[in-house]
Amino acid sequence: MTTEVSFTIPELLDRNAQEYGDQIANREKEYGIWQSWTWKEVQNQVEEIALGYLALGIKEGEHIAVLGRNRPKLYWSMIAAQRIGAVPVPIYQDAVGDEIGYVLGHCEAALAVAGDQEQVDKILEQQEKCKSLKQIIYLDPRGLRNYDHSNLHSFMSFHDSLDENRKKYGNELQARQEKISPEKICVILYTSGTTGNPKGVVLSHANIVSASRDSSRFDSLSQKETVLAYLPMAWVGDFIFSIGQAYWNGFCVNCPESSQTMMHDLREIGPSYFFAPPRVFESLLTTSMIRIEDAGKIKRSMFQYFMNHARKVGVPIMTGEKVSSIESIIYRIGEILVYGPLRNVLGLSRVRVGYTAGEAIGPEIFDFYRSIGINLKQLYGQTEASVFITSQPDGEVEADTVGIPGPGVELRIDDQGEIFYRSPGTFIEYYKNPEATNSTKDKDGWVATGDAGFIDESNGHLKIIDRAKDVGKMANGKLFAPKYVENKLKFFPDVLETVVFGNNREYCTAMVNIDLVSVGNWAERNNVVYSSYQELAGHPEVYKIIQNYVGQVNEDLAGDEQLSGCIVKRFLVLHKELDADDGELTRTRKVRRRVIEDKYSDLVTALYDGNNEVHTTSEVTYEDGRKGSISATLRIMDA
Amino acid sequence: MEQVELANKNDIVMDIVNVTLRFGGVKALSHVSFNIKRGEIRAIIGPNGAGKSSMLNVINGFYTPQEGEIWFEGKRRPRLKPHQIAYQRIARTFQNIALFEGMTVLDNMMTGRMIYMKSGLLSQLAWWGKAEREETENRLVVEKIIDFLEIQAIRKTPVGVLPYGLQKRVELGRALAAEPLLLLLDEPMAGMNNEEKEDMCRFILDVNEELGTTIALIEHDMGVVMDLADRVVVIDHGEKIADGQPDEVRNDQNVIDAYLGVSH
Repeated sequence: MTTEVSFTIPELLDRNAQEYGDQIANREKEYGIWQSWTWKEVQNQVEEIALGYLALGIKEGEHIAVLGRNRPKLYWSMIAAQRIGAVPVPIYQDAVGDEIGYVLGHCEAALAVAGDQEQVDKILEQQEKCKSLKQIIYLDPRGLRNYDHSNLHSFMSFHDSLDENRKKYGNELQARQEKISPEKICVILYTSGTTGNPKGVVLSHANIVSASRDSSRFDSLSQKETVLAYLPMAWVGDFIFSIGQAYWNGFCVNCPESSQTMMHDLREIGPSYFFAPPRVFESLLTTSMIRIEDAGKIKRSMFQYFMNHARKVGVPIMTGEKVSSIESIIYRIGEILVYGPLRNVLGLSRVRVGYTAGEAIGPEIFDFYRSIGINLKQLYGQTEASVFITSQPDGEVEADTVGIPGPGVELRIDDQGEIFYRSPGTFIEYYKNPEATNSTKDKDGWVATGDAGFIDESNGHLKIIDRAKDVGKMANGKLFAPKYVENKLKFFPDVLETVVFGNNREYCTAMVNIDLVSVGNWAERNNVVYSSYQELAGHPEVYKIIQNYVGQVNEDLAGDEQLSGCIVKRFLVLHKELDADDGELTRTRKVRRRVIEDKYSDLVTALYDGNNEVHTTSEVTYEDGRKGSISATLRIMDA
Repeated sequence: MEQVELANKNDIVMDIVNVTLRFGGVKALSHVSFNIKRGEIRAIIGPNGAGKSSMLNVINGFYTPQEGEIWFEGKRRPRLKPHQIAYQRIARTFQNIALFEGMTVLDNMMTGRMIYMKSGLLSQLAWWGKAEREETENRLVVEKIIDFLEIQAIRKTPVGVLPYGLQKRVELGRALAAEPLLLLLDEPMAGMNNEEKEDMCRFILDVNEELGTTIALIEHDMGVVMDLADRVVVIDHGEKIADGQPDEVRNDQNVIDAYLGVSH
């Protein structure tokens, strides 16, 4: 273990306000202009909110749910909660009513902070499930004018009664602040996991601050970094980057104008430190590939030529390996003509350290980014570890490893191949769930990850095979690793998501989700007419395209001794997008394999019984929680 | 002079008194009277060719009726010259979208602010002093509307490449940019799919509630009208055949006959 930390997040805020008082702490684009707040101003804002909480009678140890998109004020509302000894519980803003109701009820929130009317509505709808919830605070007043305001307050009301609150509660705030210590609870983060109800992971200030400190040192992050906060606030990644590391280093966190403007804002901010799950890198790649498809002939062939070159030498050049001087010169020309402009369009020109985590990234996608000169690395982490378990040091990056244990992290792999770790960031417990806590974390502090992996003897890097539960055997005894195959398929921009089946079966099959943006673009260029997602997905030409992709993946797999069992024999294209609202994906968009296998059992059966067609009806959940159903006849194709 | 008193009252934005409009021998409107109250959503409905669009054109001053009076903001309105029409703060959207296709969303909406810009050509060219100040002020108003209509992501996109539903929203934005005392919407939902309609309805209600804008709208979709409008006036063959709350109008025998036809 590394040295104990003696800081809490609110203390870090005070330190930053003193040391970097006039430096920018937060920016948010509003009315088309980046508005900014210095650390000093943030400190004042947090005080204002904290006093407001006290005026509402929030007690120590009570929980404050935070629900909304990334906005500075919502971040401050979490720090303010910590300041009065309460515990912030961020909730995924796109969760449907039931999920929100579950979390509100489970953590017994006393107060909810909502970003806008939509979130207020969802909370009001679920109030039944959370008797302890007495008050709601909202940020954006739009549409809320005519609501009953007896238990509903605007953030503005905190501002209006600041002087009065300061007089009345100033001393109380001081007293509460003095009682916060590093071992107190910093935040509760609900993780959806790939199975069952969400669990509330309890993390202390010591957890968050030590994980932030160690990881900052690992990548020599400094006060000069700039990041874009666009990932869900309820995700541990965002909490660590936008609060933990930002407060430890004192760097600036920028919030986009809206979720749709993220790409644009990314380019304007040009972050130096960038973090995204593979999904984001995949969609960035898809968007730029579509634009290349639409570009003129010269541009297109130039792009293709230099990208092929980058694929060959880009990664070796980045890792400092020797390449021939001609190759190096061509790469430099490509840098001027293609790689540089492409990085700029992606908004990644200034990225010094980029991370992908959350789940495995396809090696092709990973190498694409590295080959155009983006220092993209992988890390392996979990909410329970305050993110960091292993990460790749600069210069030791490979597509198929997740790096070495971070500072202070101990790693152990048991006989079944399951990975265990112990670190200063290890969580305290699952909230109100001692059973799950005991089965995950033993008395010595070792935590079971549920992932299978091994350590590469040659360089000490950890390699993840798959979710321990997911890796299986084919009927003929060969290895079945679905994630690996899925990632290969997902490299194709037309494939949004895919689920591969095959455990204990004769052969593998796949369900494919097309990417509407990418395939829609193809349809437009080829005069393919369609009126709905469902129709496009079932189009014979689309099937042919997907068949071609599956064929390519199969060729790759056939060449791999270990994974040759995973060749996909049959596939179908799903008539609806897999959706977190339907429980098919987690909120961080990981596939929930068991749920899908259950829900679409008729399709799975059809994939194996030799039929060429299957009729199915499936339930869909609308954003407001209403249910509906869609039915379709799907074709099944041999690859 | 009961009408005069009524028109002077502050809660009436527009009072249309006994208006008749003729195109040569064709009577487009005949003796139509109704008023629009401050802060309400007033719907004008009727079968095809009933005279709805003519009514809208009379309201904004584009047509001058041969008979009758128009009272706007307590004053009787004389015949207007084209530029006066623009300056009277009645903004409208069109049945077929009338935006500048090659210009960005932002620029299109800035044209809605034209009536508030007073700086001269030279200072505009130099973009100095008053011109710069003016543009900044007006840009803020437009940005607030962009935020309100949730179109930040297309701020810099040329209007021509946008889908129909979004173009309609931009047109609404341009009309709002003029900060109108009265907003006229000519079939705001025409040609939209259900989802776009729902969005548009929400925006119209929000504009009315949040910004307090008085709205008069023509719409074919009866469901939409009944949900949105506070009061409905029904026109058929250029004559007013009903006027009242949506529920009253819906059950009015004249209206049912006009829409479904009646055997004579």
